[in-house]
Amino acid sequence: MARIFIPTDTTACALGADAVAAEVALQAQSRRLDVEIIRNGSRGAFWLEPLVEIEADGDRFAFGPVSPGDVAGLFDAGFPGLNKHPLSLGKLEDIEWLARQERLTFQRAGISDPLSLDDYKQHGGYEGLKNALAMSPAEIVEAVTASGLRGRGGAAFPAGIKWRTVLDTPADQKYVAANADEGDSGTFADRLLMEADPFQLIEGMTICALAVGASEGYIYLRSEYPKALRVLNQAVATAEAAGVLGSDICGSGRDFRLQIRVGAGAYICGEETSMLESLEGKRGLVRFKPPLPAIEGLFGKPTVVNNVLTLAAASTVLAKGAAYYQGYGSGRSRGTLSVQLAGNIRRGGLVEVPFGASLRELVEGFGGGTASGRPVRAIQVGGPLGAYLPESQWDTPLDYEAFTAVGAMLGHGGVVVFDDTVDMLEQARFAMEFCAVESCGKCTPCRIGSVRGVELIDKIAKNENRLANLGLLEELCETLDAGSLCAMGGLTPMPVRSAVKYFPQDFEAGLDNGPEG
Amino acid sequence: MRFPGGDPATVVSMAVRKYADVPGGLLPLLHEIQAALGFIPRDQVAVIAGAMGLSRAEVHGVISFYHDFHDQPRGRKTIHLCRAEACQAMGSRRLEAHVKTRLGIDYGGTTGDGRFSLEPVYCLGNCACSPSIRIGDEVYARVDADRFDALLDGL
Repeated sequence: MARIFIPTDTTACALGADAVAAEVALQAQSRRLDVEIIRNGSRGAFWLEPLVEIEADGDRFAFGPVSPGDVAGLFDAGFPGLNKHPLSLGKLEDIEWLARQERLTFQRAGISDPLSLDDYKQHGGYEGLKNALAMSPAEIVEAVTASGLRGRGGAAFPAGIKWRTVLDTPADQKYVAANADEGDSGTFADRLLMEADPFQLIEGMTICALAVGASEGYIYLRSEYPKALRVLNQAVATAEAAGVLGSDICGSGRDFRLQIRVGAGAYICGEETSMLESLEGKRGLVRFKPPLPAIEGLFGKPTVVNNVLTLAAASTVLAKGAAYYQGYGSGRSRGTLSVQLAGNIRRGGLVEVPFGASLRELVEGFGGGTASGRPVRAIQVGGPLGAYLPESQWDTPLDYEAFTAVGAMLGHGGVVVFDDTVDMLEQARFAMEFCAVESCGKCTPCRIGSVRGVELIDKIAKNENRLANLGLLEELCETLDAGSLCAMGGLTPMPVRSAVKYFPQDFEAGLDNGPEG
Repeated sequence: MRFPGGDPATVVSMAVRKYADVPGGLLPLLHEIQAALGFIPRDQVAVIAGAMGLSRAEVHGVISFYHDFHDQPRGRKTIHLCRAEACQAMGSRRLEAHVKTRLGIDYGGTTGDGRFSLEPVYCLGNCACSPSIRIGDEVYARVDADRFDALLDGL
């Protein structure tokens, strides 16, 4: 029987993958062909979605992007056998965009049915847990520390140090909390992983639980990801039934119960202390630190809060060893970075490469420039709180320290490309507006300052006391930067200042007409 | 008023029984009530508070803090339009103007026939194929004015 793979991923389906699957089933039936349609995860090559694959001679061959209207023609050309239809992309592993990546975390994404535990194990899954079960908690923590793994949520804090703190804090109850509140615009790596390879997150969390002595865990998933929720719910149930999660994991006598909690549309709940408040059933107000969540976290107990990709990477570290993971990367940024190419980009999607590649290599090499065909003007890296980078900064290598050195941040690896029609004053205004909408309201610079920021930028746009108001805007940014409790208020100035600094001409509009003209 | 999901008092009493002893159970409880009724009726806040051992202010505070929760009836389907940067880079500001004109409502509004509510959303995780919208639980990619009209006409 011919096996046909059609992704079930959110983006693939947003581009019509369900309709393609239905049409493939219909065509196969009317042509009396015996086929099995497997709804796999996505490879993350979203510019090729819906990407349909077949198996031949032990290899996978791809066709894409396939629309429902293409399906009859594909069958006419010999599909699901090998054929030379214009949509044929040849051997999947020869597609350069994928072949040039170094996939560790996303090694399994798109290969098989995300909910098949057998497939997961066949492709190296649960090797990490098996190794971890033979190690002491301190040895697991040591492996994670030695791997150089740092938090992928944005703050880049060494994971091993966080785990060590929780391990060393005595308590009757400890927790592992996966931050799956991936709210940054331009990011979808967590979503892709959860939809394509959910067991990897579950395995990583279980390893973490063994390392720190936690018996309960939560995945805090944003409500904007309904498909990921369905996949995770089923994956947790499957893992429990198979004995790799829940009571007496793999007969070890250790328990780890995992619950999924759904957020409610608040960006701020991606901030770790706000997330903990939300998990406790409260408003997502940011907490003061200290105490650190590793010492007093969820319900006041020691808690590891890590991003989805951080926990997932722990399974690779334990499966292949710290040295293997540490062998990738540049400087103090070890392992791989999952870059998400987004916005106005010709070949958008998930690009996993070792730290150290330049932004230009990613956007021009992988991304192929803009979707509109116009010149790239600005690139926002690291989400809505990240800087807008002008061309002079595109050769910056993608590593945490290099980005900090140019006044930017890598964050969660989101790369949003804008062409030359972008109005950077509008983008700066949006940064302030977003902060006003999403501020938790706890501290004044963020809550009020963001509103004043919008007003100031509106005045600058109308050329009211432009120079004086630009000065005030900078002062306001200083206040937000220095006086906010968390990154929401503290980093909102980053996109605003970079827009003003590197694209000053956009803040001069109306100069000829205004009183200062 | 019609409640498609059943009698509010019954829905709420079943939900509070399920979540009263769950640590941090207020969010899943509110999600469940809203999924059944479409909103969280104000006159049920006291019931929820009593059952969860919270004050009415605490429950109201949570409902009003989160964008997802509503204390007024909503349209049968919610259209979430992404306002975030990746979509902006692909023309979502034009799409936003078109959608508001076509539906005749602003964000937070519900069409006169009760079919649709319109809400902003800040990212649907579909950023490589922007602009994105979500209708119910379905996400749609590369949406321009024509595609939006076609989607709406097909519903």
